[in-house]
Amino acid sequence: MSAQPFRLASGGLIDRGHQLDFSFDGKSYGGYAGDTLASALLANGVRLVGRSFKYHRPRGFLSAGPEEPNALVELRSGARREPNTRATVVELFAGLDAASQNRWPSLAFDLLSINRLVSPALVAGFYYKTFMWPASFWEKLYEPLIRRAAGLGRAAGAEDPDQYEKAFAFCDLLVIGGGPAGLAAALAAGRSGARVILCDEDFRLGGRLLAEKREIGGKPASEWLAATLAELESLPEVRIVPRTTVFGLYDHGIYGAVERVADHLPEPPAHQPRQRGWRIHAKRAILAAGALERPIVFAGNDRPGVMLAGAVRAYVNRHGVLPGRESVLFTAGDDGWTTARDIAAAGGKIAAIVDSRPADPARKALADKLGARLFAGGAVMGARGGRQLSGVTIRDASGVVTELSCDLLAVSNGWNPTLHLTSHQNGKPAWDETLQCFVPGSLPADLAVAGSAAGRFTLAQALEDGARLGRQAATEAGLAATASEPAPTTDPETTGLSPVWRVSGGKGKAFVDYQNDVTDKDVELAAREGFRPVEHLKRYTTLGMATDQGKTSNLSGLAIMAEQTAKTIPQTGTTTFRPPYTPVAIGALAGHHRGKEFRPVRLAPTHDWSKEQGAVFVESGPWLRAQYYPRPGEADWLTTVNREVKAVRASVGICDVSTLGKIDIQGADAAEFLERVYINGWKALPVGKARYGLMLREDGFVMDDGTTSRLGDSHFLMTTTTANAGKVMQHLEFCHQVLWPELDVRMVSVSEQWAQVAIAGPKARETLRGVVDPEYVLSNEALPYLAARSVTVGGGIQARLFRISFSGELAYELAVPADYGDAMMRALMQAGASFGITPYGTEALGVMRIEKGHVAGNELNGQTTARDLGLGRMMSSKKDFVGRLMAGRQALVEQERPALVGFRPVEPGQRLRAGAHFIGTGQQAVMENDEGYMTSVAYSPHLKHWMGLGLIKGGAARIGERVRAYDPVRNGDVVVEICSPVFVDPEGARLHG
Amino acid sequence: MRYSIFSLLSQTLQGHKGWTPAWRDPAPKPEYDVIIIGGGGHGLATAHYLASRHGISNVAVLEKGYLGSGNVGRNTTIIRSNYLLPGNTPFYELSMKLWEGLEQDLNYNAMVSQRGVLNLYHSDAQRDAFARRGNAMRLAGVDAELLGTEQVRPMLPYLDFDNARFPIQGGLLQRRGGSARHDAVAWGFARAADSRGVDMIQNCEVTGITMAGGRAIGVETSRGPIRAKKIAMAVAGNSSRVAAMAGMRLPIETHVLQAFVSEGLKPLIEGVVTFGAGHFYISQSDKGGLVFGGDIDGYNSYAQRGNLPVIEDVMESAMALWPGLGRVRMLRHWGGVMDMSMDGSPIIDTTPVEGLYLNAGWCYGGFKATPASGFCFAHLIATGQPHPVATAYRLDRFATGRVIDEKGAGAQPNLH
Amino acid sequence: MRITCPHCGARDAQEFSYLGAADPKRPEGMAASEAAMATYVYQRDNPAGVHRELWYHGAGCHAWLVVSRDTRTHAITAVEPAKARKAGATA
Repeated sequence: MSAQPFRLASGGLIDRGHQLDFSFDGKSYGGYAGDTLASALLANGVRLVGRSFKYHRPRGFLSAGPEEPNALVELRSGARREPNTRATVVELFAGLDAASQNRWPSLAFDLLSINRLVSPALVAGFYYKTFMWPASFWEKLYEPLIRRAAGLGRAAGAEDPDQYEKAFAFCDLLVIGGGPAGLAAALAAGRSGARVILCDEDFRLGGRLLAEKREIGGKPASEWLAATLAELESLPEVRIVPRTTVFGLYDHGIYGAVERVADHLPEPPAHQPRQRGWRIHAKRAILAAGALERPIVFAGNDRPGVMLAGAVRAYVNRHGVLPGRESVLFTAGDDGWTTARDIAAAGGKIAAIVDSRPADPARKALADKLGARLFAGGAVMGARGGRQLSGVTIRDASGVVTELSCDLLAVSNGWNPTLHLTSHQNGKPAWDETLQCFVPGSLPADLAVAGSAAGRFTLAQALEDGARLGRQAATEAGLAATASEPAPTTDPETTGLSPVWRVSGGKGKAFVDYQNDVTDKDVELAAREGFRPVEHLKRYTTLGMATDQGKTSNLSGLAIMAEQTAKTIPQTGTTTFRPPYTPVAIGALAGHHRGKEFRPVRLAPTHDWSKEQGAVFVESGPWLRAQYYPRPGEADWLTTVNREVKAVRASVGICDVSTLGKIDIQGADAAEFLERVYINGWKALPVGKARYGLMLREDGFVMDDGTTSRLGDSHFLMTTTTANAGKVMQHLEFCHQVLWPELDVRMVSVSEQWAQVAIAGPKARETLRGVVDPEYVLSNEALPYLAARSVTVGGGIQARLFRISFSGELAYELAVPADYGDAMMRALMQAGASFGITPYGTEALGVMRIEKGHVAGNELNGQTTARDLGLGRMMSSKKDFVGRLMAGRQALVEQERPALVGFRPVEPGQRLRAGAHFIGTGQQAVMENDEGYMTSVAYSPHLKHWMGLGLIKGGAARIGERVRAYDPVRNGDVVVEICSPVFVDPEGARLHG
Repeated sequence: MRYSIFSLLSQTLQGHKGWTPAWRDPAPKPEYDVIIIGGGGHGLATAHYLASRHGISNVAVLEKGYLGSGNVGRNTTIIRSNYLLPGNTPFYELSMKLWEGLEQDLNYNAMVSQRGVLNLYHSDAQRDAFARRGNAMRLAGVDAELLGTEQVRPMLPYLDFDNARFPIQGGLLQRRGGSARHDAVAWGFARAADSRGVDMIQNCEVTGITMAGGRAIGVETSRGPIRAKKIAMAVAGNSSRVAAMAGMRLPIETHVLQAFVSEGLKPLIEGVVTFGAGHFYISQSDKGGLVFGGDIDGYNSYAQRGNLPVIEDVMESAMALWPGLGRVRMLRHWGGVMDMSMDGSPIIDTTPVEGLYLNAGWCYGGFKATPASGFCFAHLIATGQPHPVATAYRLDRFATGRVIDEKGAGAQPNLH
Repeated sequence: MRITCPHCGARDAQEFSYLGAADPKRPEGMAASEAAMATYVYQRDNPAGVHRELWYHGAGCHAWLVVSRDTRTHAITAVEPAKARKAGATA
């Protein structure tokens, strides 16, 4: 284990008693609890951590926070590998394993750095201008090369072994950011009893206070911080959530956040998620997210060792790491001087301070005190070094150039408010000429911004804003305000700034967007070529499109474009941000919805019984339905299904149909209501009878079908298809509440309340006799076809019995309260045992309905009319109903519309397939000759050949004609004969038996 | 100036000082033969084909923001011609053919990349529906292959084949489908049209349509009035607003569709994959970002942003399809506003207002249509007749019932 | 988004399903014309601004609601049960 040569002897918010061993690129290092991966690597003198996207330039750490563009690593390994992870925000843990990315074969020696040799040609948008010849080479040669070279880290690919969850929270006040402004806000609101949620992306609360040596109320800020946190923790309605990034603001005060529950551990503990996605509903929110420091564009500004001055302070003060032996400060304002002071206080050497502003005696005195050479009115023109910074070129106020050696260059150019969330609702930031930065513009009604995020950069302002806005939020939430206390005093600070966007004249590339390798020359080229609107600039040069989303680059880019076009920054454009604030793991937003838990599973009330019977289940929308019931020795599903069909047609079978939608409709106008939603008539339907009904959408196409029974004068029970149960319910409610509220009718879904089973086959009546209580007569006369009755079964259990048939056999549907579903199946099995009663599934159901020419989902596909399906005559001409007028439109009544008929293969052994298109025999297989398509097929054990239903131009008029069922995607081309869609028992003798 | 490897090298030697603007920045003239409202993909393509195929170059494209600021710069860049209905298939196939020759036609590399579009199916019924569509494509001369799981698995080994709620059973593959670099499409058309004399006028918002005797004779704009013999609308997302300026109502609702991109990653998938048990599609850009999306949010919106329910739904589908995506980070999401038409298909037609032409209703499928839309719209504007592959896209089809409803969802835009 | 259902209170919009414009009035009866019906079914104002639209509280009280919502900002200014509006009263 190597020592930590850049660790200071003392200081910092690290636990020196708790050493954590970790590895980077296979090499072992030691750090301390409280370190980030970045601070631990810097402590060990590791500064080269990555390679840039396009030119593969060596890169180190620019920042100490979420804005980091350079120090991206692959964290962890195997299926837990996380590419593009910002080392500056990774909390160090024992055994952490990270690797550099986008380099080959190694970080120190990266072959693709030869891109540097051709880099003069690789300017913004070069690819739009070339790779065009020859045309076929793009996919074959150029693009594969580009794809391989592009991209950053490697995703794992294999299944993520960790779990995620979703959580919802509601609060009076959401405080985003746990720095001084956020803490003051949470405290002020919390004291009045408001429900407060305080989220901070860091693992330690305090924000910039952790990185600075400040005083509050005359004492070190750490004391104020500790006291504030202690009080917040004592308030029962305040919830502090560290390691949680509020990434987006959505409509009506809903915030998206992601909590990194276990990212600071080698693996999530048992039963714990890795991350938790939050949806926070906040009455009010205060954005106290602080500010991000801005770099300066000059040649070589990407050399490892060039860092933001505030980041240097964070490493020194928070982590006890001085990331260089010999430092130079390049600053455009007062803030940078703090870094010089803190470096000196930590015992570091400041070789020079380059302040872009004119000479000033006070600054001269301070530089002397720090033992630093001062270049007032100067600039750093260039930084040199390969894998790490070795020196800088400084131009002084008079133009004299000096070369200095150094291994750390701290750059300070003022700060940009972290106002990202304020633009998520289309708010545009406003340019503040005094502050020389964008500040929040128009805000959503319930969002306030405090402290640096609002451009109020001093600690005193942060504390004052927080307290004031926190109190205000509590009052607005209806809580009694606490007495307003004066904000605590702070040590003095000055915020003089005269920003420098770019220093020209240096040798080599000067980067605006580090990660995407966008240079000042690229911005100039964009200006030259007319890509001047800020969005063109971004899209043409890729400025701001990298994983950091331009946090450190957008403003410099805008400033250079402004300079090129002789405009001001606000005239040139604004920097707006889309969510998320920082990238969010897909898993955190998906929660547990994956694998089998992707969507809920609905089970029929007879499911357990079906399972005992050995059913194979099939997904049917949300349902799992029994598809068929294989028996030992059956070769394949078709053998099973054939057996089931034959058993029904020969004796008796039972099949669960509970999944069909069931809607109870009552009221004096119930019959009138049905008249309006169905195409056929209902008023004349006697009590105790069922009728097949077909309903249209208002556009005249078929919506759904089913049988509806009249249980009383003003009481109907409608059934719908399984797939459309919800849709029909919604439609009926629409028809009633929106179209005809004057009708006296009410409806409720009873789909879940009843278990329903079809009992079909010649022995159906005899089987049923065994379960229906003896006082109910089941004879054909007493209970004819389409009868619907209330009965009791099993000795007094309320049930409903419908004599309806999908199979074409003598058949019933028996409904009992859902809890009795299982018992009903067992009772029926017992009652039918002597007839060899056979459970059948949806496949056999499908075979029998095709044999009978009944339409189902494949025909009710939303593109067919009642006429198309041979049901046109059901349409009443005596009443108005939904879809009536639109069904009469010219194109819906044309004779040549494909209409439903049956098909059978001319060669009986040939298999038919749904989805085949019909082409006239001897016709060429082209679109112009397309006559329709096969909607459903099945093998009929009755006919002993395949049969199909389909829609073909001319329909029934062409019965007897032969056409090709053309299925090129499955190499099928079968000659079929058009026939009646009713293949079995066309007279309906079995049905009425 | 012509773009080529030679011009690039020669400019490299000169420090790239000699590149000229990709298009001029002209002031609007008082009158044009044709005004195209909307400098998005379709408007710019229309301008290019008017100038290059019909010799009509006294044309202005009026754009309220910057060129390409509409959906051409906000989509998920997919190109395909895997349509079912005869009103659609030949049109999208023409578009595909135009994509295939686009770079040479425009002298601009829009990175058209035919790495395939695979629609996964998860049930027998879905397989048959896809077979129906694949067969329709084959009949129209479009490539289509129906694959089983055994063929899909080696192509996409990371997908969830073994523990899925809705197991993958196979897919419908169009190998010629793929993607293109969306912004470059807009810029390529703009540059090509500009080179033939078309005026590209940015920051020029149309605020009114000037009528005389029932005829549209010009537009009012934020840069003053401009007259024109013909006025063509290509403002998908805002079609209803512009049509209202001429007193028209359209069979369109404006909805928001969100899209997503991940951080840049080394290559993971080649082509485009769509999930059939939810609404989700994904591909990977040349730069390495996974580009993906799902359903529209489902309510009328002009706000160009969406909400968490759909975002989470998209991520759930992502994880259901490909459980390895859990640690991949979503970098950015955004919304575009679309013209959702009442049957899910577009409109390219004349209007009841003489002199006013309509290109609208692209739903969330406008990007792939860009070349053919411009080609057919230019044909209509120049000849007064619909192009043969766009004859179904008439405005009166809702009254006659000749709707083109691929999904069978009916007159409810948010279901298309 | 959140919609304040008159029966159930402020609920996440996920509990509701959307249909579209609330104001087009269905031409009723046998005398209605095909053209008028086509206009009702297909033509929309589609305003960029306040839109009166129908939402169905399917995961709640099953009420159809008329929601007034600005399509530019998504701000909701009014919610009323569709059933409460008598024919012609609020159109």
